[in-house]
Amino acid sequence: MAIRERLSGNEAIAYAMKQINPDVVAAFPITPSTEIPQYFSQYVADQAVDTGLILVESEHSAMSACIGSQSAGARTMTATSSCGLALMWEMLYVAASNRLPVTMAVVNRALSGPINIHADHSDSMGARDAGWIQLYSENNQEAYDNFIQAVRIGEHAQVQLPVMVCQDGFITSHSIENIELMEDEVVKNFVGQYEPVTSLLNPHEAIAIGPYDSAAYYMEHKRQQAEAMKNACQVAKEVATDFEALTGRRYDYFEAYRMEDTETAIVVLNSTAGTAKSTVDTLRAAGKKVGLLKIRMFRPFPQEEICQALAHLKAVAVMDRSEGFSAAGGPVFAEVRSALYPLEQRPQIINYIYGLGGRDVTTQHIEMVYESLFDIMETNDPGEVYRYLSVRE
Amino acid sequence: MSNMMEVRWHGRGGQGAKTAALLLADAAFDAGKYVQGFPEYGPERMGAPITAYTRISSDKITIHSNIYEPDYVVVVDETLIGVVDVMKGLKPAGAVIVNTEKKPDEIRRCLENYDGRLYTIDAQRISQEALGRPFPNTPMLGAVVKVSGMMADDEFIKTMQHSFEHKFASKTEVVAGNMKALVRSMQEVHGDEN
Repeated sequence: MAIRERLSGNEAIAYAMKQINPDVVAAFPITPSTEIPQYFSQYVADQAVDTGLILVESEHSAMSACIGSQSAGARTMTATSSCGLALMWEMLYVAASNRLPVTMAVVNRALSGPINIHADHSDSMGARDAGWIQLYSENNQEAYDNFIQAVRIGEHAQVQLPVMVCQDGFITSHSIENIELMEDEVVKNFVGQYEPVTSLLNPHEAIAIGPYDSAAYYMEHKRQQAEAMKNACQVAKEVATDFEALTGRRYDYFEAYRMEDTETAIVVLNSTAGTAKSTVDTLRAAGKKVGLLKIRMFRPFPQEEICQALAHLKAVAVMDRSEGFSAAGGPVFAEVRSALYPLEQRPQIINYIYGLGGRDVTTQHIEMVYESLFDIMETNDPGEVYRYLSVRE
Repeated sequence: MSNMMEVRWHGRGGQGAKTAALLLADAAFDAGKYVQGFPEYGPERMGAPITAYTRISSDKITIHSNIYEPDYVVVVDETLIGVVDVMKGLKPAGAVIVNTEKKPDEIRRCLENYDGRLYTIDAQRISQEALGRPFPNTPMLGAVVKVSGMMADDEFIKTMQHSFEHKFASKTEVVAGNMKALVRSMQEVHGDEN
């Protein structure tokens, strides 16, 4: 029986952690993810979990502790945001290349500077090439569900990669909303006992972790890592199938919202997808053929599936909540547009940079995006491709 | 959409406007609704103006933006009137509820060109008398529920009794005081419509 609750996004993640009862959590506080280790430390103090909680002196140390712990064969988790993730940078690559399935909650927040504590995706988008699987969450429910699934995806023998589960700082992390929780036993059975393929503490198979890798082998290791990321696609699908059987909640690489007979669509991730759904409903009620594609899994990037889902459209706007400073559009745009390349007849496609540093995004803003797509459809001219939404200039 | 009720709370850091926004969401949740309760975070400090929001609906809520056209505005601290544009975007059919010892017509004079529904409640005094401490958020909560009619009085009181017993499980002595403040606020909130 599902449990009807109301929790903030941070509470939802802390609760998922409690239900999973990992061997180790190592964390350092940073707004807006601080509440996750804070609530979890209460569970530790109350002996509601038997997790070893390691309180470290920086995020670099947090990720280093996670790497050590996961190498030893312990299921390990952490949480961070913004500059905290940036400080982990070096170690993110080590976790991924050592094939250590650490699970990390990333509560998305703008990177400095200017210093800002609010939501945007510059932190996790910057880490997109670190070799971590990335799942994005529209609301507290998805953050909770993704976090539980992340454990199974990352730990799968064909994957063995770390996973970050992202949600928007404050917008969902600090908003109380309805949520359906799974029962403790259901979660425990779903994630199962962690059985690492290799571990430092296995006396029967001595291994070295993290030694120097010369040019003679480095490239083969990278190739294997890339293959693992490809495998994650299939594994994510299998895990989602099992999850749906338990909860009735379906998770694909992306959610295609009202995409049947659609002419225009926006591509977006995290909380703005929810706001945009409301706009889609309003425009649909007015007879406009609009839809929405919400990317859940950005790493690995489901290129072919996205191409297929957008192929029939006339005009698409890709929304980026981070600047890539490529002078040619944001990171989501670059990948989505590239995904469409194999098509003989491609939709017109534009990019909107939006919501940086917590700039609020309303249904009216999203309506403006659709309006610009209607214009493009009429003139068949995309005009300026790289645009900003709701900015003074 | 049409069944969505949106409330914007104005207070000063430390007064519990955020807590009140979440409490209202809690009460509606307990009554079976879909809810959202969230503050607008900024560089808060004690005494600085803060805003918090509550959304309540019988359908799933997907919008994740602040509230710009609220059905109800709750002013937890009357000194904010004239400092912050508390009335901004208030729906014509909506209402404003102010924590003050003044009468509604006195407050109306401070609000330029407002001819909509206005209610006052002396939440400070009610809290002081019922709880012995100045926590206006419980009475403000009672006032909003009464004015909005979002749920039946007795259902709300029953829900809150249960909620306070749960919330204050380790200090049950404050349950009775909070309940008293709640019931009194529902009786004492009054408008100038007549």
